[in-house]
Amino acid sequence: MILAVASGKGGTGKTTVSVNLARVFGPDVRLLDCDVEEPNDHLFLKGTPRGEETVTIPVPQVDESLCDGCGECGRFCEYHAIVSFGATALVFPEMCHGCGGCAKVCPKKAIRETGHKIGVVETMESGNVTLIQGRLDVGVAMSPPLIRAVKARLRKGVPAILDAPPGTSCPVIASLRGADFVVLVTEPTPFGLHDLRLAVDMVRVLRIPFGVVLNRVGIGDDRVHVFCGNEGIPILLEIPDDRRIAEAYSRGELIVEALPEYRAHFERLREAVRERTSTDLHDPARVETRVAAPGASVFQR
Amino acid sequence: MKIAFSTSGETLESPLDARFGRAPKFLVYDLDSETFEAVDNRQNMNAAQGAGIQSAETVARLGVQSLVTGHCGPKAFRVLLAAGIKIYTTDAPTVAAALERYRSGKLTEAKAADVDGHWA
Repeated sequence: MILAVASGKGGTGKTTVSVNLARVFGPDVRLLDCDVEEPNDHLFLKGTPRGEETVTIPVPQVDESLCDGCGECGRFCEYHAIVSFGATALVFPEMCHGCGGCAKVCPKKAIRETGHKIGVVETMESGNVTLIQGRLDVGVAMSPPLIRAVKARLRKGVPAILDAPPGTSCPVIASLRGADFVVLVTEPTPFGLHDLRLAVDMVRVLRIPFGVVLNRVGIGDDRVHVFCGNEGIPILLEIPDDRRIAEAYSRGELIVEALPEYRAHFERLREAVRERTSTDLHDPARVETRVAAPGASVFQR
Repeated sequence: MKIAFSTSGETLESPLDARFGRAPKFLVYDLDSETFEAVDNRQNMNAAQGAGIQSAETVARLGVQSLVTGHCGPKAFRVLLAAGIKIYTTDAPTVAAALERYRSGKLTEAKAADVDGHWA
């Protein structure tokens, strides 16, 4: 099972839900921190480091002795990462998306690909949780390639929770693709509802079943409840606005350990998600093609 | 010898465009024949990224020796430098005014980009 935790609005509690759910999820679970620009899960799961791997994307390198400046590479490139004219070729690695197309179209076979570092993937063990996080190098413009490298650490037969970045843009899509279920975390306020609507639109386009977790219940009103009721969206968990939760959080503590009475909340969320997804543990490689086939996912009413 | 001017119009009275990468057009003036032509650059106005790079390649392929514009960013600068094109930045209001300043030697050659890039 691959469960993704996302939101529209940032700061609603995705990481809180992800790390606490992971702790009660069972004897062996992988937690993938896909917010590679600022991974935070490790702050709450103080794990033993198990390894770090450099991640690169392939960028072109041109053999100028073979280049005749025909410009085919530049014409092909969607991102203007390579241009050639005269007898010169110029590469802009920071613009390159690593598609390899320029190397294929070059009539002189003057282009080969070399690795351009974009970040690292770090692995940690913390009790029942194997935490895998991506850490994007400062200044790199593209997170999806690193997010895909993090997701390559999914293991067949091992349940996984993906802590997605906030919002609805490319990095979030890259995180959510292939998930069996998405939990959308929001707060019961106008801001929370506005951004939840965007996130709901997004998961509907992706055709992944989903439910909502409402965090800090008590600070706002019932507009999110009304919206979910009208849309037939299940609210799988409500976390009250409990100052003690904020205090534990600010100390980098897991709620299920600092305030054990909340353990049952997260166990209920675990069961609610399990009820709504197939009990088969999916082969991550097959899940990619499953999402590509329209109508293959069970659509949550 | 040819000079390219970034512009939004098709004549010498047209305004000089302060942008290079996203200039709507280039007016290419041939000093030897005292003629000119307007070249459309709209595909780069609308490009998601790399407009400066692409515009620089465009003017390089037009065979110009000099470029006169309002500002030039770092990626465009790198391409123009590789192509051996001299870059002049000016706040002259029209292509004609910029051409006059060029002819009377009032323009200084830019040795570096004078604005930041927009991407990465």
